[in-house]
This record gives sequence, structure tokens and C-alpha cells, in this order.
Amino acid sequence: MSADVIVIGAGHNGLVTAAYLAKAGLKVTVLEAAPQVGGAAVTREFVPGYKVSGAAHLLHGLHPTIARDLDLARHGLDLKAQRVSTRSLLPGGQSFEVGTDANSIAAISRADAEAYPAATARLGRMADALAAYALHTPPRPDVAKMDWQSKLNLGKFAWGLRRLGKKDMLELTRILTMNVNDLANDYFESEAVKGLLCFDGVLGLALGPRSPSTVFNLLYRLSSLGANGQGGFLLPKGGMGSVAQALAKAAQAADATIRTGAAVDHILIEGDAAAGVVLSTGEEVRAARVVSNADPQRTALQLIGPRNLDTMFVSRIRHMRMNGCAAKVHLALDGLPEALANARGRVVVAQKPDDIERAYDCAKYGRVADRPALELTIPTLSDPSLAPAGKHVASIIAQYCPYRLRETSVNDARHQIGERSLAVLEEVAPGLKQRVTAMEVLTPHDLEAQFGMTGGQWHHGEITLDQVLFLRPAGQAQDYRMPVPGVYLCGAGAHPGGNISGAPGYNAAREILKDARAQKRVMGAA
Amino acid sequence: MTSYVEHLTPFLRKTPFHDRIAALMHGNNWMRWTGHYSPAAFESVQSEYFAIRNGASVYDVSPLIKYRITGRQAAEYVNHLITRDLSKIKPMQAFYTSWCQDDGMLVEEGTIFRFGENDFLLNAAKDQLHWLEQVAYGFEVKIEEASNDLAGLSLQGPQSRDVLRALGINGIDHLPRFGIMELELNGHWLRIDRAGFTGDLGYEIWVRPQDALWLWDRLFDVGRDHKIAPIGAQALEIARIEAGFILIDIDYSGAHQALRPSNRMSPYELGIGWTVNLNKQGYFVGKRALKREKEQGLSRYVLTGIEIEGRKPAPGSFLYADQPGKHELGLTTSACWSPTMKKNIAYARVPTAYAKPGTQMWIEIWYHKEHKIERSMVRCWAANRMFYDPPRKSA
Repeated sequence: MSADVIVIGAGHNGLVTAAYLAKAGLKVTVLEAAPQVGGAAVTREFVPGYKVSGAAHLLHGLHPTIARDLDLARHGLDLKAQRVSTRSLLPGGQSFEVGTDANSIAAISRADAEAYPAATARLGRMADALAAYALHTPPRPDVAKMDWQSKLNLGKFAWGLRRLGKKDMLELTRILTMNVNDLANDYFESEAVKGLLCFDGVLGLALGPRSPSTVFNLLYRLSSLGANGQGGFLLPKGGMGSVAQALAKAAQAADATIRTGAAVDHILIEGDAAAGVVLSTGEEVRAARVVSNADPQRTALQLIGPRNLDTMFVSRIRHMRMNGCAAKVHLALDGLPEALANARGRVVVAQKPDDIERAYDCAKYGRVADRPALELTIPTLSDPSLAPAGKHVASIIAQYCPYRLRETSVNDARHQIGERSLAVLEEVAPGLKQRVTAMEVLTPHDLEAQFGMTGGQWHHGEITLDQVLFLRPAGQAQDYRMPVPGVYLCGAGAHPGGNISGAPGYNAAREILKDARAQKRVMGAA
Repeated sequence: MTSYVEHLTPFLRKTPFHDRIAALMHGNNWMRWTGHYSPAAFESVQSEYFAIRNGASVYDVSPLIKYRITGRQAAEYVNHLITRDLSKIKPMQAFYTSWCQDDGMLVEEGTIFRFGENDFLLNAAKDQLHWLEQVAYGFEVKIEEASNDLAGLSLQGPQSRDVLRALGINGIDHLPRFGIMELELNGHWLRIDRAGFTGDLGYEIWVRPQDALWLWDRLFDVGRDHKIAPIGAQALEIARIEAGFILIDIDYSGAHQALRPSNRMSPYELGIGWTVNLNKQGYFVGKRALKREKEQGLSRYVLTGIEIEGRKPAPGSFLYADQPGKHELGLTTSACWSPTMKKNIAYARVPTAYAKPGTQMWIEIWYHKEHKIERSMVRCWAANRMFYDPPRKSA
């Protein structure tokens, strides 16, 4: 068997790369270890009759350019419906909602209700300016070797920042490396509103609200909520698997071949260049270009192997911070408590910055948070097909449950994060516990085993300033090309990073096509 | 509070041979080598030099940093670490090699001893443990520093073999260059390899530290009739330059010591490109970069030998393409008057085009004369850096 290009992993980015390459006329084979496509963008049945998004449960980052190019609407993805807002639950039946109902903040704090729209708009502007680079290949750090496209993109990027105006530019430089707790104190007065901001600043990181770089993570998150994303949170109908299904259909419509149940053991390297892959069954699939949708550590250390790489590069990749801290808790419910009866959107339980900081303190020392901070969705409220009639599922992201545990076993951690998440929820939604008929907990270790993401880090490497742009996944490897000629990286471990965005896959496809065309020109000339 | 003077109390380590060396030392002429007392010269650099070229010289090489590399995949590991092809090296052979960083810049060059399929000892001038362990990721290999496990003397010179014969080393006549042998002598364990830093016939003799003084005494006992003499680093330096060997910190900065990235040099630039085998099986650190450098001619310069008019040693001197000195070419590193060849020699970094033996260049030498600094601009010619290469070295 052979192809022009092999894509290892049918995660959403792998599918995006495959679709673009196939559309450009290359013969593409996607090899997926799991029985279904999607990687971590998957809808799975965790108890008979109850289905839920396996990892990410809210769609916000899918880049509109990609959705349009690949005509995902025609392939079954409905991006118009199911737009949801965020509600923060507080004890004593209190709550407030942002996004749609700014007035509800006034019940907590009048000043914050006034400040909130302007503050989020301002952060949104900055995030949009930064996100303008999402669909470009990061420049080489070496200016002398930069091509004209990089120079043009950088120029446009700088112009976009300049257009923020003096005040916002200054504010951006002030806050970029800062911690989100200080920013929250600058902008708001109520603990509840600060808590929500801090939660968005630390989600997906092994950092607390008082750790540097958390404002950057907040901006990163906001960047997917603007013009470079879906403009807000969506609850995809049929769960996140529907996004992967649409991408798979788009790839297949362009004649890409997708093989599920085909686990790649390693990349075949001959004469110091990619020659294909070897499956765990021993089967060889040959291609001159191999694209890995796996994370950078899995790609470099296992698929390519340190013996085919230089030492400093291997060290850099080994030292990428990949300490997954978010666990996934899935609940099967025979009904909803009052506080969640109408929770159609995103629900956050992070009452104040200190709660999150203390939860992080536990993780810092290798323990499961005593009181985790939570993000919850109840997808059955908008899509009843995910559970038997009258029943519900809840999908919870619980932070922190560190991958690097010190004295806790993975089994204990699984038990603890489940029970503690329920206890925290019970405080803001009394009666929930009684409604739980089944529970599944996926710790970072489980996420690693299920989806192959090293460290259970679902961004394929934490989003911090030292791990983004031309430093993602490592300096000199920022252009989707791995050091071995013919091997590429198309997953979230490459720029611009995590979330279900498709942007790394899009950028990787462009670079691969550049190489393919250059080779064709050389061969044409010869 | 301790006073400054108290901090000056000598603190260097003594090698296992120290007592014998100190007893012969004139004028306290020590230098520091990896934190040890090491002789710079005893009484006369000239006599010591001529012991290397005409007799048998003894130099204490115990301060060398040594790493033992063992384990199931030690051979694969070493082959990944170094630029030479390990498959050409059999057990009980030593070999000289380079090892590089990712971008092909030299970390260090040194000698590796192979005792078995997966049993190695690496000698280095600088601490390498961190790098060796970084490279070891993904290999089943054990790396231990073994610097203090062995005491060694380098016995170099045309009479060195006679000394070992007199010592009763059976089979020394059959030890090929870079061969290693291990034996028992009077109940003492001995390892002898035929290598050295002089470009002459010579051996290195290794014993357990507690046997060091025994070895010293026996050598000088049987060496009496063979002009055996202890030497210091200054005499060795002349022999080294004649032999064309490069020295870290003098001729290049190791990649881990270089103050700026552009100060690092590749094996090609150092004229030891012959240690790089781009065709060997498997990948090695720096291969892609070195291949690119070779194929695309990216070397910035090459460290070549030069022969200089006149007798004035020219370390750190500028080379020019023209007599007026308008077109600068490069700089010399090591330089000396070669007493054996009666030639003024040096190593110089010059553009590759100027390194062809016989190419004429100009060199600006500043020198001391009668309380004045004077300048001379004289001719020099590129030459094979291995200025002195007697047949006995490998015979």
C-alpha cells in the first residue's frame, strides 16, 4: 500500500490536513488507531444509552475559514444553532450570566456589571489582534532567513496591533505576561466575577490564577471567541463527534482514504528521510510524506524516535510542559436539580480566585484539588438524543487533577476528582447527587490512554508564552516540519495550538503543499 | 571571618603520582589541569622536548576526565554520540573522534577506548556528563564518571617501546597503533594503549591509583638507559603542535564553553572532517547539519597548518592575502618554533581557498625586542597541519 501523504491520527487537525491535501490532488491516507475518527473530538457512550463528548465539549475555536473552505455545513455540521452563554453558579442559589444577560451581574456587583462589557470587549480586541496570526506559519526567529510571506504576515500582524490604538497597545504590553488574578483585581471588584475571569485564565494549564502567563492563556481563549473562531461557545448537536464526522466526510469527499483501527507503531525512515509508517501489526504503508497529528512528544520520542533526532531538539521536546491538569467527569442523570434545570449553556463553578488558587496548590504538590473548579454542560437540554427519554447527561471539566501525582495513585485520583467534583456541585446545585445514576471519570492518565495525548494535556502542550508561536513545539521547528525530511506535525502541538480549531492542520497542509510543489518543480525541470 | 590569604591556601588535588613529580620539580612550576597539580615544566623545557623526540618522556595524564559507558545499548549509543563509524572499531581498540551538537558544532574531540562490544571509556578535557546523559535519552546505557579510578602515564618517544620491553611487557612489539592490551605484572593490573598527544611512537599506561608509585619507580628504574625523563605541559605543547593535534580552549572553543554561538566550530572547520562519517549506519547527533555543511560548502574557514618565514613564534597573529595587510584572512591559534624540523610553524584559521598546501599568505607578527614591541610582516605558506609524522609513530 502506498500514498503521497500519510496522516497519522484522524483527530480534527489530522482530518483538516487530509482534507486540504486531498483537495489539492494529493493521494492521502489517514491512519487512525481508534475504531472511530475524531481523536479527542468524539462522542462516546459511557453508559448504555448515554452519550457525551469524550474530551472537549464546547466548540468555539473552529476557524471560520476552515469551516467555509471545507464546506462543513454541507457535510452535516450545523454551526448556526446551539450558541450558548456562560453562567457562573454561586452558593445559596445565586448565579450570574455573561454573554447574554449582563444585567445579572448587577445583582452581584453594580460596578462589575458596568465594567464587564467594556473590559471583555477590550480583551476581545487584543485577543483578536493576536489571533490574526492563527492561519499563518510562525516566522523563523532568524530575520535574515525569513521569506517574503513571513515578512508580509509579520508586517500585517504588527499593523493589526498598532491599530489597537495607543491605550490598548500599552495595556496589552502591560498585561501580556501578567497573572490573571492581578488582572481581575484591576478590572473588577466582586470575587464572583473575578473568579470567572480567573477560571478562563487557568483552564487547560498546570498553573493557578497567580501564576504568570495566565493572562496570555485568557487572551488565547478569548481569541477563539472572536472573528477567528465561532464568535462564542457552541454546543454541537450530537456532541463533538459530529465535528469530526463532518471533517471526515469533507476529507473523504475529496478522495482521502481513512483507515480506522490502524495504529501506527513508528515512522519508517530510510536514508534519513520519511519513507512511510509501520503499523503495530507490522504492516508497512509507504509514502514520502508523513504527517503526525499526535502530540510533539509522541511524534518525536516515539514515532520518529530519539535515534533519528538531534539531542538538543529531543531535550527541548522532552521538556515541553505537558502536565495535564483537567479531568473529565461524565454523569448520567435521571433528572436535573432546580439550579441546573435550565442550564442549556456553559456553567462554571469557580466562586472566587482564591478557590481556584487553592485548588491549584493541591495540584502543584501532586494532589487532586480538594475543591476543584468546574466547567459543566448538560448537552441533553438542547439535544435529547444523547440520553434516553427524560434522562440527562452532564459533561464536566474538573480542574485540577494533575497528571504528575506525588503520593496519590491514578485510581485514587480518579475516585477523588469524581467525588470532589460532585461535592462542589452539590453546594451550588443541591440535589444533584441523588440524580446521578452512573458516573465516569477520565483523569489525565485516562485521557492519555484513550486519546494518545501525552500527559493527558489536551492542548498537546500547555499554552504559555514560552510554548507558542515560533517556540511551538520548539524553536527552529515552528514551520510544521520535523527535523527528519518528509515528516510534519499538524496537531495542536504546533502553532497556533489547542482547542478544536483546525488551524494547525490548515497551516501544516499549506507547508506540505509548498514542499510538494517545490519538489514537483525540481522534478519537472529535471 | 576568614581572611583573603586563608582562601589562598593551596587546594588543588594531587594526582597519584604527585609525590614523585613534586620531588623532581624545580621552581614550583605547576599548572592547573581539571583541578589537579600538573607540571608545566621541571627544569628545562628543551631537554624535556628532546626526551619526547629522542628518548622516552613520561607525562602524568591522570587528570584527564574519564567516563565509563556500558549497558546493553552502549555501542548504539556511542555510535549516535560520535561522528565516526563505530562499526570499524573492534574491542581492545582506541580511537580518536569528534562529537557535536545538533547543528554540527564541535562539543569536544577525544579518545574513546573500546574494551568489549558494549564497554567503553571516553577521555575528555571538559566535563561532559550532562551532555552524555542528554544524548543517552532512549538508550539502555549507563554512564559513570571514572576519572579517579585510574592513574595514567603517557610514555612517548622513540625509546618508549624499549622501556616497556625492559619493563617486561610481553607482546608490546605486536601492539598496533591504537591497540589496547591488559596484563598482570608482578601482581599489578596494567592497561597499555598505543596512543598519545605527541605524534611519535608512544603509549599510555594505566594502573589502579594505589599502584601509581610502583609504576613510576619501575619505569624510571628500567628507563635509565633509554633517556627517560619526566616532562611538563610546555614541552608537550611543542610536540603537540608539530603533530597537528588541536587543543580545546587554544584552537577552538567547545560548543558548551563558547561565549557566543558564532565562536563554535565544526569538525570540518577544524580540519578534522576525517572524523565525520556521513555514510555510517544510523543517525548521529549533528549529521543533518554536517551533511549540509559539506554538501553546500558552508564552512566559514578551516584551521590549517602554516609555515612562517623567520624564527619569531606567531600565536594570535593576523594573516593577510597581501603584504600591505589590506585583505585580512584570519588568525593563528597555536604557534611555536619546531626544534626538530627547524621551522616556524603555526595553525591558522583561513578561508578554505587559502588552505591548499603551498598557498602564500602574509602574516603580521608583533614581538618583543630589547624593551620594544616590533612588528614584522613576513610570508607564510599553508601546509599540512601534521608537520611531524615519523614512520615510527605507526611502525
